[in-house]
Amino acid sequence: MELLDVTLVNWSRAQFALTAMYHWIFVPLTLGVGIIMAIMETIYYKTGDEKWKTATKFWMTIFGINFAMGVATGIILEFQFGTNWSNYSWFVGDIFGAPLAIEGIFAFFMEATFISIMFFGWKKVSKRFHMISTWLVMVGATLSALWILVANAWMQYPIGMEFNPDTVRNEMVDFWAILLSPIAINKFFHTVLSGWVLGGLFVVGVSSWFLLKRRDVDFALKSIKVGAIFGLVSTLLIIWTGDGSAYHVSQKQPMKLAVMEGLYEGSEQANLIALGVLNPAKKSYNDTINPFLFKLDVPIPGLLSFLGYRDFNAFVPGIKDIVDGGYKSPEGIAMSFAEKQTRGKKAIQALSDYRTAKVNNDTINASLYKAELVDNYSHFGYGYLEKPEDLIPNVPLVFYSFHIMVMLGMYFLAIFALVLFLLYRKKIENSRLVLWVALLSIPLGYIAGQVGWIVAEVGRQPWAIQDILPVQAAISSISADSVKLTFFLFLFLFTALLFAEIRIMVKQIKKGPEAE
Amino acid sequence: MITYSFLQHYWWLIISLLGGILAFLLFVQGGQSMLFSLSKTEDEKRLLVNVLGRKWEYTFTTLVTFGGAFFASFPLFYSTSFGGAYWVWMIILFCFVLQAVSFEFQSKPGNTFGKTTYRSFLFINGLLGTFLIGAAIATFFTGSDFTVNKGNITQQMAPVISRWGNEWHGLEALLNLRNWALGLAVFFLARTNAVLYFINRLNDKVLEKRSRKYLWYNAIPFVVFFLTFVIWTLLAKGYAVHPETGIVSLEQYKYFTNFIEMPIVLVLFLLGVVSVLWGIIGSLLSEKNKKGIWFSGGGTIVTVCSLLLVAGYNNTAFYPSHDLQSSLTIFNSSSSEFTLTVMSYVSLMIPFVAAYIIHAWRALEKNRTDIEDVNSDHHAY
Ligand code: HDD
Ligand code: HEM
Ligand code: HEM
Repeated sequence: MELLDVTLVNWSRAQFALTAMYHWIFVPLTLGVGIIMAIMETIYYKTGDEKWKTATKFWMTIFGINFAMGVATGIILEFQFGTNWSNYSWFVGDIFGAPLAIEGIFAFFMEATFISIMFFGWKKVSKRFHMISTWLVMVGATLSALWILVANAWMQYPIGMEFNPDTVRNEMVDFWAILLSPIAINKFFHTVLSGWVLGGLFVVGVSSWFLLKRRDVDFALKSIKVGAIFGLVSTLLIIWTGDGSAYHVSQKQPMKLAVMEGLYEGSEQANLIALGVLNPAKKSYNDTINPFLFKLDVPIPGLLSFLGYRDFNAFVPGIKDIVDGGYKSPEGIAMSFAEKQTRGKKAIQALSDYRTAKVNNDTINASLYKAELVDNYSHFGYGYLEKPEDLIPNVPLVFYSFHIMVMLGMYFLAIFALVLFLLYRKKIENSRLVLWVALLSIPLGYIAGQVGWIVAEVGRQPWAIQDILPVQAAISSISADSVKLTFFLFLFLFTALLFAEIRIMVKQIKKGPEAE
Repeated sequence: MITYSFLQHYWWLIISLLGGILAFLLFVQGGQSMLFSLSKTEDEKRLLVNVLGRKWEYTFTTLVTFGGAFFASFPLFYSTSFGGAYWVWMIILFCFVLQAVSFEFQSKPGNTFGKTTYRSFLFINGLLGTFLIGAAIATFFTGSDFTVNKGNITQQMAPVISRWGNEWHGLEALLNLRNWALGLAVFFLARTNAVLYFINRLNDKVLEKRSRKYLWYNAIPFVVFFLTFVIWTLLAKGYAVHPETGIVSLEQYKYFTNFIEMPIVLVLFLLGVVSVLWGIIGSLLSEKNKKGIWFSGGGTIVTVCSLLLVAGYNNTAFYPSHDLQSSLTIFNSSSSEFTLTVMSYVSLMIPFVAAYIIHAWRALEKNRTDIEDVNSDHHAY
């Protein structure tokens, strides 16, 4: 019998991370620029001013180039749950499959259909039908985001399901609980808004380039205005929903929160760290080495407690507390890792005994084992873990990612506000420094989104499904070499295509709106 | 009354229908596989690329939805087949990734690899995409080498439920000639439908004439390979499931029996085949006939759908394993009753989706396309 292969788990994770992160380069721009071009077309429809049509078409061309890559990277993600996470696909497929299918039936078809009208229909359908089609493309794109994010939120906070020991899988019992989970709703808004922020940055940045070149000035001023207003509003909302994300993480995934803040020992009235440098000498969660070489708190005492529990004095557990247990949590006195592990092993054993009893038609024992399984099921996944360290995600990666994201959020607020202020004062064309800064800020929008996903996904390790299924139990039975090979194939292919895409995009931008 | 079994049958019908629609829409791939042979000049190539390019998203999205719907309704198939026949599916996905950028990028300045590279990508997708999907579907009848043991989940060190029996991970399907027969049949069918689509859509005398010639080259091999597969399958042993015990056994003439015991499916199948042939023959006989695609396309949907029904209905294992008792049936691989019910409500919206697709398709297709249209379109490829 083949044994669990750690390199297989790691290559599968690497491949998922690679493909997901590539997908996430293109999706946010689709979501953001798409809305902006739809707004512009609406202005054109209302005013009949051909200049707005030119602007719309320019951004639509950019949209199309980017969209193709979003589609190319998306298909692989969809099938990867089966190819590389086959155990996962059976164990939770009864719940997880549904949003994916709904996404295909509604969202993707809506996009695919109306995008053909949007691109090819300018001369063939009425102005009104065309504008509606453009909006429907964006409704479709945003719905794709909704369904997949519902699925992702459910992995972080599984609800609305029951484990069925006969089929050996989790089964859906409440669709609305899954769809309307507060985590899902918050995640949807935070994530879609991150696309909108990027869209704003992109449009402002590209328009700044035209202004710097003193080319197509009218078009650039129109675009920068729409982009900056849109970006500012989106940034305000993203900070608000970011606060919501942190609140939900504290409630449902305390380990992720502790890691985000590099918090080893919990405290009441915990402070939020503004800036920090981790100490690489810290090797274990229970040594006495200070985790920080340097840190600077936000000067509002108890802000982290407030963020997590809406109470400046609340106790925020650290990594060590979560391993050791014994503190007061929303569910009562917290269990230690060892207790959870024992319960997990009991649950797994009970499942095994239940199945044997069933085969032997031993109904009395079967129902006893089943009761034991139900009792311990909430910690099922802990049975696969070996030591407390298995429970702790990569601290530096999550810590730095989180702080970069938050700082960038504040920075975006400032840059959008500044651009708008200069626009209002009619000085933007001559503020070359600000224009340069705006142009160079485009990559920062991408970085913010990527690190956001690192916080969310690396921060929930080792769980594929929180507390129920760790990643090593989620895999397919293939050789690590096969996955390694596909990993490099994807890396090579996506990188080559990304390179081509960027060059096409730059050429297209240089051609300018009048080339349309 | 809506029972669990009814829902399982209903979802197998939807999967079969999606499979049929996908088989029809693969005409885009079929057309891509002829980019370098059917067209001689650059203008002709560009014209072909553009008439196909307006439809590729539908095929792609249908493939994605086919996968998603399979996941939601028969998750054990999704995990067993994708995780097991890893290489076949990976190659299929790969060539669809190549396709996804190729239309958009090929005529854009700065595309780095040049027009011909992207067109070669389209060619590869046309060749492998159709053939491998066909061969993969053939394993629904010929079987694969895997085991399923749900008890594995309690083995902490080796928890994987579905395991493949060999290191080829799906590529071994190519050792079976019956899989080749269906793979090639799908390939030539896609090309036949593509030719008929060109005849219908193009406003170009030269290409139209050549298309009619190509119809011969593709329709004949299609018929040969298709009949080979069908006759072989009707005569072969099939994977029967005992309705009470669920035990799987090999049964001579199982698929033939299924047709006889499900006369509606048989009638549908025959109507589908006749319709495909009608579309082909009509277009071969009359230079004026441009409507062949509607008959052969509609016929393709019905034929493939009824073949898949025969694979899954009437107590048959739709994804058989050489380890007979591991075989997947619509009963042992489906989602829970609750999930199937939820998804069935969702499926009631499908006609609405179909309606707007048809509406949009027609809005764009008022006239046949020629190179002038392409040159004057600001979003041409
Ligand atoms: C432009 C991008 C962007 C910006 C400026 C921010 N975020 Fe964010 N954040 C994302 C883009 C993003 C994201 C890519 O959309 C993530 C990844 C997963 C998710 O749900 O959203 C995310 C995740 C994410 C998570 C993890 C959620 C989870 O694990 O489920 C938290 C706690 C925050 N964010 C908090 C914030 C805060 C407090 C911000 C304050 C400024 C902030 N984010 C700005
Ligand atoms: C598109 C944006 C996304 C990005 C950038 C992203 C990022 C990542 C990263 C970095 C990992 C690797 C973590 C690690 O193993 O250390 C990962 C793993 C994973 N993510 Fe995401 N993720 C995204 C979306 C999603 C969504 C929407 C889902 C589910 C619906 C999902 C499910 C998973 C799964 C199953 C794994 C593999 C298990 C694991 O190793 O964590 N991801 N993702
Ligand atoms: C791991 C999870 C994910 C899977 C399986 C997945 C799957 C896919 C697929 C198959 C496509 C191509 C659709 C087509 O045929 O047109 C696609 C595109 C898209 N996806 Fe994802 N996706 C994932 C993550 C995400 C996330 C996290 C978001 C947004 C929050 C998102 C939003 C979109 C959008 C807007 C598109 C269409 C626009 C574009 O292609 O850029 N996806 N996705």
